[in-house]
Amino acid sequence: MKKRLAFAMPALLMLCACAQQRVVLLPAPDGKVGAVEVSSATGHQRVDTAYGGVAVSQQGQISSFTTDPASVERQYGALLAARPPRPVSFIVHFQSGSSTEFTPDSAAVVQQILQELGRRAAPELIVTGYTDAVGTDDLNDHLSLQRAQTVVEFLSHHGIAASQMQAVGRGKRDPAVQTANAVAEQANRRVEVTIR
Amino acid sequence: MLEDRVSHASLYTVTGLIAGVAMTLLCAATAHAESAGMVKTLKGQANIARAGQILPAQIGDPVMEGDQISTGADSSIGITLRDDTMLAAGAHSALLIKRFAFNPTTHDGQLDSSVKRGTLAVISGKIAKTHPDAVQFSTNSITLGVRGTEFIIDAGDGP
Repeated sequence: MKKRLAFAMPALLMLCACAQQRVVLLPAPDGKVGAVEVSSATGHQRVDTAYGGVAVSQQGQISSFTTDPASVERQYGALLAARPPRPVSFIVHFQSGSSTEFTPDSAAVVQQILQELGRRAAPELIVTGYTDAVGTDDLNDHLSLQRAQTVVEFLSHHGIAASQMQAVGRGKRDPAVQTANAVAEQANRRVEVTIR
Repeated sequence: MLEDRVSHASLYTVTGLIAGVAMTLLCAATAHAESAGMVKTLKGQANIARAGQILPAQIGDPVMEGDQISTGADSSIGITLRDDTMLAAGAHSALLIKRFAFNPTTHDGQLDSSVKRGTLAVISGKIAKTHPDAVQFSTNSITLGVRGTEFIIDAGDGP
């Protein structure tokens, strides 16, 4: 009788584990940790620590747990390995006062871009133009897109298919250097090439 | 004179309505044509169910809003969405891209995705950064709000 119970217990525990759903929070490669808010029919739990998690029963009951890198790797290693490679970005700067002439180091940037493209399956290039804070939003959206299109054309002359590239104008949003409005700033007149 | 004005007004209304409907259709068509993302990694067998058809997934394939993605035994698929959200579905998994919209200029958009069964790894993207409340992941028993982060959802064997 005792023996039979001992057999039955693990089976029951496994059943419970199967019916549960889990969420595990991971740190970013730079160590930063965000948060997830998990809600069920009966509860709510915020997870905001690295390797923190929650298990949720079919009835919606939420319980917290903490795991560790080795356990995550053991259980979810294949899943994490299937994540697409993270995007990488390169900056192209323009010659002072020009929207068509690049700085001399741009040739080296093109080489780096070509190398990165060779390392990836089905790479896409998102070419994003930015402006400084001089002028209206509409004008800067337009100007930044023009800058991006100039770089797309430049890259297409270096053998990158135009169909792989998308030009985006982000205007005066996300400045590299924070300035007050209407301030001219060379560092913000730039184009970012993101490969993903 | 009054009648004339009324008929003019209704004519404008009708013209406006037609233009509105045409615009809506045009927008709907454009939105439909634009992909939500692209398949970047693949192991084993993964299928994309779209508009009643089931297509075997390949690296470089577009992923569209409304797609249901499923994987077989010992299989996985990795997808990068247009806002740089990165998704990976593990073996025996089913994932639905319920809603996806993204404006690359403003970073406005929406992402709503559900895991029917199996596992999903997520690295959140630009929508979550700009509009965290516009990003939601769910299973049959939980919903997740995302505050700029990386996480795993294990939905188990599903219902």
